[in-house]
Amino acid sequence: MKMIVAIIQPYRLDEVKDALYAIDVHLITVSEVLGHGRQKGVTEFYRGTKETGNLLRKIRIEIGVNEEFVEPTIEAIQKGARTGELGDGKIFVYDLNECVRIRTGERGTQAIG
Amino acid sequence: MEVIMASDLSVHISGANTVWVLLSAALVMFMTVPALGMFYGGLVKKKNVLNIMMQSFASLGIVSLIWVTFGYSLAFSPGELIPGVLGDFKWAMLSGIGPSDLSPYFISDASGRVPHLAFIIFQCMFAVITPAVISGAMAERMKFSSYVLFITLWTICVYLPITHMMWSTNGIFAKAGLADFAGGTVVEINSGFSALACALALGKRRNLRGGPPHDLTYTLAGAAMLWFGWFGFNAGSSLAADGLAAMAFLNTNMAAAAAAVVWATLDWIIHKKPTILGFATGGVAGLVVITPACGYVSIGGAIGLGVAAGLICYFMVVFVKNRLGYDDSLDAFGVHGIAGLIGIIGTGLLANPLITRGFAMNGGQGISGLLHGNGRLLGVQALAALVTMIVAFVGSTLLLQLVNRILGLRVKEKEEAIGLDATQHNERAYTVIE
Repeated sequence: MKMIVAIIQPYRLDEVKDALYAIDVHLITVSEVLGHGRQKGVTEFYRGTKETGNLLRKIRIEIGVNEEFVEPTIEAIQKGARTGELGDGKIFVYDLNECVRIRTGERGTQAIG
Repeated sequence: MEVIMASDLSVHISGANTVWVLLSAALVMFMTVPALGMFYGGLVKKKNVLNIMMQSFASLGIVSLIWVTFGYSLAFSPGELIPGVLGDFKWAMLSGIGPSDLSPYFISDASGRVPHLAFIIFQCMFAVITPAVISGAMAERMKFSSYVLFITLWTICVYLPITHMMWSTNGIFAKAGLADFAGGTVVEINSGFSALACALALGKRRNLRGGPPHDLTYTLAGAAMLWFGWFGFNAGSSLAADGLAAMAFLNTNMAAAAAAVVWATLDWIIHKKPTILGFATGGVAGLVVITPACGYVSIGGAIGLGVAAGLICYFMVVFVKNRLGYDDSLDAFGVHGIAGLIGIIGTGLLANPLITRGFAMNGGQGISGLLHGNGRLLGVQALAALVTMIVAFVGSTLLLQLVNRILGLRVKEKEEAIGLDATQHNERAYTVIE
C-alpha cells in the first residue's frame, strides 16, 4: 500500500478529479494549503502598497492506494494537473503501514478501496 | 410614476417631501452597494467575490457620472432628439437647474413638491442599480474591461431611451397612460431581458458543477438590505411623504413576504426542505413584482402578485432554466425579467381606482385596471412590456457583439479557472493563513 500526496494548482482540481474518476479512484482527501516552489510567491497591490512573497494557494490531495493503483493514480494526477508552467506542483509517494476502515474494522488492502 | 408638467407658481418646496425623497435616493444607492453586491457575492465562488462586488461599485461610479453629464437630460428633458423616445441636451451638466427649482415631475403636489435636484439624484440611483442587476448574468466569466464598456454603452443606448419612453413628460408610453410606479419596465424587465442576452452571448461558465455558493450569509444579508432599500425605491417613487408613499411601502412589504413564503414552501414540498436561499430569492422576486404595481393596487392585489411571482419565478429558475440550459448565473432574468413582466401585466389587471383616487392621476379619478372595468390600461402595459423586452434584448445583443469585436467578452479559460479576483483585479478576498 502507498500514500500518494500531491500538491497542485487549485484551478486544476476539477481536471484531476475527472482523471481520477476515469480510473476508478474515488476515495480522495483534499485540503487547501499555502506554499510556493521555485516561483517564490506572488506580488499583489493593496492601496498601492506592494505585497511581495505572498504564499500561493495550492491544493493538497491525499490518496491511499493498493500497489496496482499506484502508477495509474500518479499518471492521472499528472494528466489533470500538468499545464507545463512553473507551479504545476509535485507528487510524493510514501509507503503506507496500515489502513483501518473505522465502520467495519477491516484492515490493510481490504480496507483501502 | 405619473408625469405631469405644471407651471403653477403657487406650489412650494415641501421640506417633508424633500427629506423623504433624498432619504429614498440614499436607500436606493444602498441597494446597489453593498446590498446587491453582497446578494450576488455570496452566490459566486470565493475566487470571484470581489469581481462581482466591483461590478456593482463600478456602476455606481460610471453611471452616476453619465447621469449628470447628459444622461438625465436625454432621459427626462421635455425637448426631444427623437420624439417620444429620447430627450435632448437641454439639461446636460444640469444646466439651468438651481437649488430653488421645483421638480417638474411629481404625482400629487397637494403638500408641495421636491426640488428638481432631489428628483435628479433619486433617478440617478435607478440608473445605477439597473446595470448592476444585469451583472448577475455575467458572473464569474466576463472581462472587467468589457463589463465597463458594456454598461457605459448600455446605459446610453438602452436605459436612457426606455426611461424616456416610459417616464418622461413626452415619452410615448407615459403619454399613453402607462402605470409603472417604480420601474417594472425601466429597471426590472429592462435588466432582466438584457441579462438573458448577456447569458446567451457569453455562454456557460467553464465549470458549472464547481461547488455551492461560497457564503450564503452574505446572500441573506444582501437580500435583507435589498428588502430594506426597496422601501425607498418604491415608496420614494411617490415623490412625496404622503398616503400613496405609505400604500406603496405597505404593498412592497406584503408582496415580498408572500413571494418569500411561497418560494420556501415550494422548496419544502418539492425538495423536502425549506431553504434559506429559496426564502431570500422569493423575497426578491416579490419585491420586483410589486415595483410597478405598488402605488396602484390594494393590499390584496399586492399579496396576489407576490404569490404569482413566487410560483412562476420558482418554476422558471428551478425547472425552465435548467431545461433550456442557458447560464443566467445568478438568475437576473429568472427573477427580475419574469417578475417584472408579471408586475407590469398584473398592474394592468389589478390597478384599483380607490388607491389613486384623489391623487393627481387621471384627473383625480384614479387608475383602473381590467378587473375594475378598464381594459385599455392592460393594452398599454402589454405594449410597453413588449417594447422594453425587445429594446433590452436586441439592444444588449448588438452592444455585446460590438464589445466582443473591440475587447472580447470572456476572460481566458485559465483566468476563469484561477478566478476573476486574482486575474482581473490582482486582489484576493480572503486569506487562508495570515
